[in-house]
Amino acid sequence: MRYSFLSILANGLNGQSDWKPAWRDAAPKPSYDVVIVGGGGHGLATAYYLAKVHGIHNVAVIEKGYIGSGNAGRNTTIIRSNYLLPGNEPFYEWSMKLWEGLEQELNYNAMVSQRGILNLYHSDAQRDAYARRGNAMRLAGADSELLDKRQVRAMYPFLDFDNARFPIQGGLLQHRAGTARHDAVVWGYARAADTLGVDIVQNCEVTGFLREGGNIVGVETTRGAIRAGKVALAVAGSSSRVAEKAGLRLPIESHVLQAFVSEGLKPVIDGVITFGAGHFYISQSDKGGLVFGGDIDGYNSYAQRGNLPVIEDVAEGGMALMPRIGRLRLLRMWGGIMDMSMDGSPIIDRAPVPGLYLNAGWCYGGFKATPASGWCFAHLIARDEPHAVAGAYRLDRFRSGHLIDEKGVGAQPNLH
Amino acid sequence: MRIPCPYCGERDAHEFSYLGDATLVRPDPAAVDAQDSALADRFHDYVYLRDNPAGAHREWWYHANGCRQWVRVTRDTRNHAIAGASLAREPGDAA
Amino acid sequence: MSRPDKNRLASGGLIDRAAPLSFRFDGHSYRGYAGDTLASALLANGVRLVGRSFKYHRPRGIFSAGAEEPNALVELRSGARREPNTRATVVELFDGLEATSQNRWPSLGLDVLSVNRFLSPFLGAGFYYKTFMWPASFWEKLYEPFIRRAAGLGRAAEEADPDHYEKATAFCDVLVIGAGPAGLMAALAAGRTGARVILADEDFLPGGRLNAERREVHGRAGAAYAAHVAAELASLPNVRLMTRTTVFGAYDSGTYGALERVGDHLPVPAPFQPRQRLWRIIARRAVLAAGATERPIVFGGNDRPGVMLAGAVGTYVQRHAVLPGRHIALFANNDDAWRGMLAASEAGARVEAIIDVREEVSPALVEAARARDIRVLAGSRVIATQGRKLRTVDVATPRGREQLVVDTLAVSGGWSPAVHLTCHHGGRPVWNEAIAAFVPGASPAGLTVAGAANGSFGLGAALREGAAQGAEAAEALGFPVPPLDVPAVEDEAFALQPFWHVADSKGAAFVDLQNDVTAKDVGIAHKEGFRSVEHLKRYTTLGMATDQGRTSNVTGLAIMASLTGASIPETGTTIFRPPYTPVSLGALAGHHRGKDFRPVRLTPTHEWAARQGAVFVETGAWLRAQYFPRKGEKDWLETVTREVTAVRSSVGLIDVSTFGKIDLQGPDAGSFLDRVYINGFSALAVGKARYGVMLREDGMVMDDGTTARLGPEHYVMTTTTANAAKVYQHLEFCLQVLWPELDVAIASISEQWAQIAIAGPRSREVLARVVDADVDVSNEGLPFIGAVEGRVMGGVKARLFRLSFSGELGYEIAVPARHGAALAEALMAAGEEFGITPYGTEALGVMRIEKGHVSGNELSGQTAARDLGLGRMASTKKDYIGRVMAGRPGLVDPARPGFVGFRPVERARRLRAGAHFLSLGAKPETANDEGYMTSVAYSPHLGHWIGLGLLVRGPERIGERVRAYDPVRGEEFEVEVCAPGFIDPEGERLRG
Repeated sequence: MRYSFLSILANGLNGQSDWKPAWRDAAPKPSYDVVIVGGGGHGLATAYYLAKVHGIHNVAVIEKGYIGSGNAGRNTTIIRSNYLLPGNEPFYEWSMKLWEGLEQELNYNAMVSQRGILNLYHSDAQRDAYARRGNAMRLAGADSELLDKRQVRAMYPFLDFDNARFPIQGGLLQHRAGTARHDAVVWGYARAADTLGVDIVQNCEVTGFLREGGNIVGVETTRGAIRAGKVALAVAGSSSRVAEKAGLRLPIESHVLQAFVSEGLKPVIDGVITFGAGHFYISQSDKGGLVFGGDIDGYNSYAQRGNLPVIEDVAEGGMALMPRIGRLRLLRMWGGIMDMSMDGSPIIDRAPVPGLYLNAGWCYGGFKATPASGWCFAHLIARDEPHAVAGAYRLDRFRSGHLIDEKGVGAQPNLH
Repeated sequence: MRIPCPYCGERDAHEFSYLGDATLVRPDPAAVDAQDSALADRFHDYVYLRDNPAGAHREWWYHANGCRQWVRVTRDTRNHAIAGASLAREPGDAA
Repeated sequence: MSRPDKNRLASGGLIDRAAPLSFRFDGHSYRGYAGDTLASALLANGVRLVGRSFKYHRPRGIFSAGAEEPNALVELRSGARREPNTRATVVELFDGLEATSQNRWPSLGLDVLSVNRFLSPFLGAGFYYKTFMWPASFWEKLYEPFIRRAAGLGRAAEEADPDHYEKATAFCDVLVIGAGPAGLMAALAAGRTGARVILADEDFLPGGRLNAERREVHGRAGAAYAAHVAAELASLPNVRLMTRTTVFGAYDSGTYGALERVGDHLPVPAPFQPRQRLWRIIARRAVLAAGATERPIVFGGNDRPGVMLAGAVGTYVQRHAVLPGRHIALFANNDDAWRGMLAASEAGARVEAIIDVREEVSPALVEAARARDIRVLAGSRVIATQGRKLRTVDVATPRGREQLVVDTLAVSGGWSPAVHLTCHHGGRPVWNEAIAAFVPGASPAGLTVAGAANGSFGLGAALREGAAQGAEAAEALGFPVPPLDVPAVEDEAFALQPFWHVADSKGAAFVDLQNDVTAKDVGIAHKEGFRSVEHLKRYTTLGMATDQGRTSNVTGLAIMASLTGASIPETGTTIFRPPYTPVSLGALAGHHRGKDFRPVRLTPTHEWAARQGAVFVETGAWLRAQYFPRKGEKDWLETVTREVTAVRSSVGLIDVSTFGKIDLQGPDAGSFLDRVYINGFSALAVGKARYGVMLREDGMVMDDGTTARLGPEHYVMTTTTANAAKVYQHLEFCLQVLWPELDVAIASISEQWAQIAIAGPRSREVLARVVDADVDVSNEGLPFIGAVEGRVMGGVKARLFRLSFSGELGYEIAVPARHGAALAEALMAAGEEFGITPYGTEALGVMRIEKGHVSGNELSGQTAARDLGLGRMASTKKDYIGRVMAGRPGLVDPARPGFVGFRPVERARRLRAGAHFLSLGAKPETANDEGYMTSVAYSPHLGHWIGLGLLVRGPERIGERVRAYDPVRGEEFEVEVCAPGFIDPEGERLRG
């Protein structure tokens, strides 16, 4: 069913009786051209673009829980393309362009909202670093503006300009950045992929890989063996665990990142703000909750929860930045498991085992990448060559030294 | 989370700085010819590859705001339960 | 003038009638008493319309008497202290309290957006995912701004929070969470063993249900018994009773987060007291005794003001001596609600009827009801309600339909144990068929659950379980347990027939009252395939409101189960994330705000510099003198230019104490340094210093600095300010983990030594005047890169280094930190005749750029030693950290950006760091990006701006012109590539 104002009107009048499942809850078939492991945003987007762009429809997305139950549903919903390095920025800008037409393409309102992201700077050196970044963004065709303190104050007069330990000097603004409704992205891709014939198989966990000769030719799952021409992993957070079943060790550690939402409020903040003197970023959802987060807890974890020091650190950053939020209340906190790669950037590449494809290492930046990740992974799977904007995301870059280390902290995942 | 520092006693994890996998062994450059690509491979594995287990994990914590000792901690990454800790200079088994 | 509180019973309740309080709601004055909540006081005054709902703006009243409240959310206080979304049911009344209804315009009675009610047929679950897509640009411009204004609930304060918060840590053997019957007994049992016990309860009055019901314990009224136990606990020195304290989260290793509301029951916090205090409680064992939450039955029109949980009706009557309404009916499926209603009736409430879905109810209860003149409608259900505030209720009985005229409808669908904290480590509650509720599954290590939270709803069971678990927790920790006489209270029969939803009722039937999620919305989710409990939640927003679905989650699940035909446990479970109840951000931040956000590190000469008029700048945690403006100087550039000129022509001084300083001693110190630096140090002569570069193991530059050899087995290393802690940690790692066989001890001495640099052609003369007579600072006595120990200022021990960052003749003098300021004074006096000039980090930066030294901007962690022109320093005769990985193809690629200098072709142009480089004629796109400008300065020496940067194949391109591309600052112009050393490239000044 095509969603439209009319479909809503009609169902409003007939007691909401005509709605159909947004996607089929498919049972696995014995074999597919491509099996994508992981029913998050990246896996579903990959399936959608395989079908839509490359005409490969005989595709299954298999998910151990329900779709969107991993990081796709546990993030702070920010979309942006304000990266620094040439290996990254064109990719994220491509993602941003896909976001911009996504809802019309999917016929699903994912509430892609380009209300801007402002990265604050608090020193001359930080200003220059943001200038470097802003210029890199311009080179990739993205938008960026370097604001001074007066311009920031005009946008957000309630920030702490006058009593701060690290006074705000200005900010780097990307107007086209913003937020999207994370669950809706999952559901929109699922529905669109389903419409193109993709099977979405939930409650189906991979327990092993089918091998013939040296090749991977399918997966063993809790719902039986499924053969596949190609098997593609999009299981960020669990990449090491799944890859281990194929005998691979990856340059990845799993870490917990906590995120937070406040009680619902009338509009306080229009766009996204990041604090430059601490680990804190914040936006406000359409429903009114302040959505914010900070640094990863910093130790290996698969527990989907963190501890008080980071919670306190985030609140301290929030109060330092916006002392008006002291009486607002934290409503919920949760933790997601990040695939922290060793240089802070993702991997979209063929695995060293034939028949297996990897999409991993998204650190805490996977949500914004969803459309381009799906697009480029589909390209790689369909054509066996990397897409131009994802060419740097090779697995062997750690061996060759062509690292994509945005923060310059080296091979220590908890610092990225 | 509280780390049982063998020197200071149990302390909150925020006093420590975390490094990661404590089972990795730095390759001995003297053991392999310096030009050998095998040495580069070993360093690649040492610097970049991780088992990243969901379960018992032996890992380094540095008691930065305490005794400045590197502590080898065995902790379950699924539930953060700590099975034991020993100082880096003690060969003892952490678990 | 306050109106009389007309719904207050003449006697009874746990309020202090001698302490009347006046308060305001929506501008009207009312009266209440100490012991009231805002909700009980509003009800006492007959205020029933309290708020508007989230989506449809329907009028809402008070639904509960506790933390589960979905409806009665108000803005408490005003101005900078405005607290939106505050549950009136948990606000302790104080004199002068001021509250305002929210989410309505222009007023609570007349709310324009209540028109949404009529649109509700079109605003079903997920409607917004299906529309507002055309045209695309209208989302941000039109649809979304409207939605954002309509959504949200209360308004945040517009000014900084004026109150203080603090954080504290407590340790105990046994933490008891909840001071109801189970918690009181647990604390008593554990407390009497001598164990350190903390008993925390969110309420201001310990007792829990004992305060809200008419039960006798040990021959006393329940509330009196609670007070008696609380008094004993208060008398035990090893027990800490913390009221107004909510344990909100269970974290690792027995750490619990708790929020103490120190001053929320006062108009403003008491002097020198915080508003709230965040506690980190480290408990060896914990007993969760958080009770249970009543859940409603869903039926059409179940949201009208006047529909209220049955237990809440009881609480208001018993605890607050307030009649929530004049004519009350009960709609229930269980015996417990009957007992509560009978008790309310005894206390003076007019109960008209009890409607029960069950055909068969215990004859004793029916008898008791009839005896109190209460009609019993068994096998019946509520199918509609009327009135803006509840006026009438339509009931379907086995004999047909009838309408009851009541202003209050108490509802009860049973109870849900407060399992929240048991879920915080990922535990999943399990379904207990007998009580039709989820009970705790796996709990965090060390936590046990007692009483109603464990599904043991009987009062006797709660007392017994609490006592047993308190004793067991203490015993497990080795405390001897004396016998405890647990009050014998008969366990009331628990009879309940699961019943969730009156499917044939008329009108919107709300499952989640706060988020306006109806039973029909659950139906839409079912139709569209959002059937897993997480999808249901996310698609409909069920349970996502400030009450975290306390009264709605299970019901929603049950309705979904009935639609799919699966059982409730097959359909899913309800889990809870921290916090248990919302926690203010101010409390989580504590004192860390404003100037106190992070500690400040001051240099030993800070006060002295301040007296010199320094402007300070934040460098990490440090405050450093940035420059020293003088009267008449028009801007910082003029000041900095003067400072640089003074150094280059005469002499200046700067505090460099912020550099990391590490002492290394031991027979293997030299070879240790050989392994951490790319260049060698073991052959360094005693009395000499050397510049060193260290890499990370991945081959990138970690840090640089000079290390001096003071003795055969004694070195002193300096690091950059930014990397001091990181380098120290790295060295300890190398020593303790990689090479424990090396006999070296290291210590950070950054705090112990003040270090002041003097630079300029007259610096030797100045130094000579501060050193003691026996110290030879001549060019021969202290040659370039010399390092000696000696005394200054008449006996103060010192370390003297002949080093220079500025490119001038220069020295660094280290003295014990307490002598730092005196040294600065002494140097100023010694240099007075040369016009010695204090200079700051800006001038230092200008001089190092003129000299072409790398610094923080170049040591970005993304640069290899080769990139910075330091590759030739690397020894080929030894192994060192990072050597192997630095040899990877990607790091030795000659096309990598290399370190060079830049000057503007048009000399008057100002250079900017962060500009990228493009070859002349190249299109501005990523593929043509050739690097960027890392550092710039105005060179007083050259009279124009100069820069340093990283340019693809830079060292091969000296003399070439490239474009500096800086669109974020609207600039693009040509620059000339040059060698990175604009002054004295031969270093003659240094050695002079």
